[in-house]
Amino acid sequence: MLKEYKTVTRVAGPLLFVEKTDAVGYGELVSIKLSDGSVKNGQVLDTSADLVVVQVFEGTSGIDREAHVKFLGETIQLPVSGEMLGRVFDGAGRPIDGGPPVIPEKRMDITGAAINPYARSSPADFIQTGISTIDATNTLVRGQKLPIFSGAGLPHNHIALQIARQAKVVGQESAFAVVFVAMGITSEEAQAFIRDFEESGSLNRAVVFLNLADDPAIERLITPRMALTTAEFLAYEKDMHVLVILTDMTNYCEALREIGAAREEVPGRRGYPGYMYTDLASIYERAGMIKERKGSITQLPILTMVGDDITHPIPDLTGYITEGQIVLARDLHRKGVYPPIDILPSLSRLMNSGIGPGKTREDHKQVSDQSYANYAEGRDLRGLVAIVGEDALSERDRRLLKFAEQFELRFVRQGRHEDRSIVRTLEIGWELLSTMPKNELTRIKEELKAKFYKG
Amino acid sequence: MARSTGTLFRIAGPVVVAKGLAARMYDVVRVGKERLMGEVIQIGGEKVTIQVYEDTSGLKPGESVENTGQPLSLDLGPGLLTSIYDGVQRPLPVIRAARGDFIQRGVEAPALDQEKKWDFTPALKKGDAVAPGVLIGTVQETPAILHKVIAPPGMSGSVKSISQGTFTVNQPFGELSGGEKLTLMQKWPVRRPRPVKEKLRPETPLVTGQRIFDGLFPLAKGGVAAIPGPFGAGKTVTQQTLAKWCDADIIVYVGCGERGNEMTEVLTEFPHLKDPRSGGALMNRTVLIANTSNMPVAAREASVYTGVTIAEYYRDMGYNVALMADSTSRWAEAMREISSRLEEMPGEEGYPAYLASRLAEFYERAGRVRTLQGAEGSVSIIGAVSPPGGDFSEPVTQNTLRVVKAFWALDARLAQRRHFPSINWLTSYSLYKESLAPWFEGRVSKDWTSLTDDLLALLQEEEKLLEIVQLVGSDALPEKEQLTLEIARMIREFFLQQNAYHDVDTFCDLPKTFQMMKTIKFFGDKAYKALEAGAGIQALTAMKSKDKLADVKFEKDYQKLLDQIRKDMEKEFASL
Repeated sequence: MLKEYKTVTRVAGPLLFVEKTDAVGYGELVSIKLSDGSVKNGQVLDTSADLVVVQVFEGTSGIDREAHVKFLGETIQLPVSGEMLGRVFDGAGRPIDGGPPVIPEKRMDITGAAINPYARSSPADFIQTGISTIDATNTLVRGQKLPIFSGAGLPHNHIALQIARQAKVVGQESAFAVVFVAMGITSEEAQAFIRDFEESGSLNRAVVFLNLADDPAIERLITPRMALTTAEFLAYEKDMHVLVILTDMTNYCEALREIGAAREEVPGRRGYPGYMYTDLASIYERAGMIKERKGSITQLPILTMVGDDITHPIPDLTGYITEGQIVLARDLHRKGVYPPIDILPSLSRLMNSGIGPGKTREDHKQVSDQSYANYAEGRDLRGLVAIVGEDALSERDRRLLKFAEQFELRFVRQGRHEDRSIVRTLEIGWELLSTMPKNELTRIKEELKAKFYKG
Repeated sequence: MARSTGTLFRIAGPVVVAKGLAARMYDVVRVGKERLMGEVIQIGGEKVTIQVYEDTSGLKPGESVENTGQPLSLDLGPGLLTSIYDGVQRPLPVIRAARGDFIQRGVEAPALDQEKKWDFTPALKKGDAVAPGVLIGTVQETPAILHKVIAPPGMSGSVKSISQGTFTVNQPFGELSGGEKLTLMQKWPVRRPRPVKEKLRPETPLVTGQRIFDGLFPLAKGGVAAIPGPFGAGKTVTQQTLAKWCDADIIVYVGCGERGNEMTEVLTEFPHLKDPRSGGALMNRTVLIANTSNMPVAAREASVYTGVTIAEYYRDMGYNVALMADSTSRWAEAMREISSRLEEMPGEEGYPAYLASRLAEFYERAGRVRTLQGAEGSVSIIGAVSPPGGDFSEPVTQNTLRVVKAFWALDARLAQRRHFPSINWLTSYSLYKESLAPWFEGRVSKDWTSLTDDLLALLQEEEKLLEIVQLVGSDALPEKEQLTLEIARMIREFFLQQNAYHDVDTFCDLPKTFQMMKTIKFFGDKAYKALEAGAGIQALTAMKSKDKLADVKFEKDYQKLLDQIRKDMEKEFASL
């Protein structure tokens, strides 16, 4: 029988301080019964012989010193089962779709252990998303974590949905699942996601975790861990290829900061705790593939950059952990270009292992490099034109300027339901590159030019 | 010190407090029922603060803590090469075989294979005196490397018995007069630098096969270099390319707090890489240390010390060792994280006040030295730095700059233009240039230094001109300056850009580097003269022969091509 304590000495922010307990384990799950009979959950953050600090997931409102605190003697575990597919859960893993409780096949610790680097296998399977700017220039591969760096008001959700709908490994039919994690997004946004899953018929292969804007902020700290535990179960025990969409990581980090502040920790940059890098790594690094296991976890975290600032600690630390980033640009969005993906600061670090002969096409890398180079130069010239006018430009510069324009309109821009194959994407690339004279395409080998150059 | 036990008092994340434990600073302790590995980092009254190298979830106050009485030490001996370790020298493949794909807590595994027998050849005989630095015998560790068993600091006496034969690392192969057993393995605490006879001036370059480094910003054997850059600028690729191609005898690669998938790339790729020097496997002279970002933060803090201690151990055998640390920022952040858990007064940006001294101490363990044995050896350190937001004014970059002498600044804008390696030639520098000049001039060509200076000056000039072009367009420039821009473009595209993924271009030896520089200079000199003689800039930039230079880097038999190009150039200039 578990002991109940009535020794709450202090309640501050999301934290509860309990005295005179028996030995309580670090990270243990806590159940708190309020005087009105309702129950809240929490987790031990700091434990010593004199004092235990508990973070309360549902917030501390209504808690008084009469509350009954029970330490459950185990760290947080999630009951998992293959039947979770098609279900909707709240941020703490309770079903909220009116369906029956999940009958667990297994209970798993939500913290998860680090994958032994030696046990990982290198991600190398090209995922075709049907979006040119991702497939051609920032290729996503299975087991990768590729975040979308967005800003308030940009269509990151549409892009995430389009990827979830269209993502496939060409020529391979395999068990595929989506784990969708909402952290602090509005119910309207969440509804849009679920509706889209329903319409495209993908809800029955999705697991949804919802912590909405009006749900307790501290709960956000466990929501992604529950979701990733589910993903690990589906990937490594049910052999599925799992795509995890996490939105919005910015809200997660805010919750982390809130806890740090409540514990009166020494703050790091912009008030975020000094361990935020390690904490984010413990989420992002759960993507990957393991040798001799069939499934995989691919992560697509979405974060809105505060004031569109890519050097803000959240996108900055994220970029140092993830294998690249897809950056959305406000000026492209204003021009009416969807998806407003700015390829210049975007990057996929695992691209080279997923493309080329036998995977996509032999000209993929060089088309990508040449387009990058031309587009970068063309964009730079826009600044010059603003000063000296287009007439002062050389022939070549004018061609580059035009290239940049057409690149945005024909290559970057596409429909929300337009699923371009990689071959089609590369064709468009060649159509644009062929507006330049052959000898100015210095990054492409002659034999490829002979084969693909148009005109 | 006798083994002492205490009890856990407080647990808050990776830092725990024990009571009643007799301990010295940096003693290794075993915490709790699962005997998690930890290290003493603060002593205050009867409370001892411990950083734990593993996840502490579930630990309770009252559990026992046992002091091993030893500082964090490594097992050094044959078998290190080809190994893959975590930050505290636990062999990852062994752990996987024993405990599965995920790293469980409380795993213990010997760092060196305890079963494997090594062929030992003694270098001493009965009655010989033994003192620190004396060569006791040798073991062929891998086809590429002869492992020298050298008397460790503190050992002295005379040989009572010694025998040839096969031994495991712990099996004594001899005995000293004082009764001390001789084994292949020795221990050394990671935080203490291994002693040397004297430090020497770095005079030979660490040849990297990368044109921008060897040509413009060379590193000396025993030198220290920092590669700072924002994410996505190519730090990791550069580090890996250097590890593959630099002419050190031994490579120690430390993945400190980096990405799991990238570490896997290293772990899967390295064992298949051919050693460009011996033709065998590159792994035969490599030690990999992998502590990814989601592995315990305290072990990350230890990982760079583990790396440098192994590097010093091989240096003491007279080898040239190159240590790549990717990334030292993650190491600094680990220090910060632990420091804030200790509630220490923070310095700049929350980093502990001792950040600068720790960084300096670490880099100071590099150097070209005379070993106790009297041989020459060196440890070169190449540390990646990941400044937040790519801002080089942050504390880790700045404090690193104070100690390193070669600075290879990565530039995200170059990476975006797909200019690789994206080293900014204007902000980078190497203070070894001067001390290495005699070597380059003696071994490659007496023109080496003046040629590299010319190239750098041209690039500097280009930067100035580009500012003007930004305002008025390139056509408004005088013809002479348009030509300068063209030559600078040739340097950037034909010489500085190097493709790490191309079979031939990935490595460029010094003669080739020199010849390429020389041909560009050859064109430049002729072109300026032709311009003076009245040739038009259009005709010069339209010359076909110079564009052929683009192919040189991809050509194995480059000399023939270069000769042809020079001939064609002469012809074209003559016809102007």
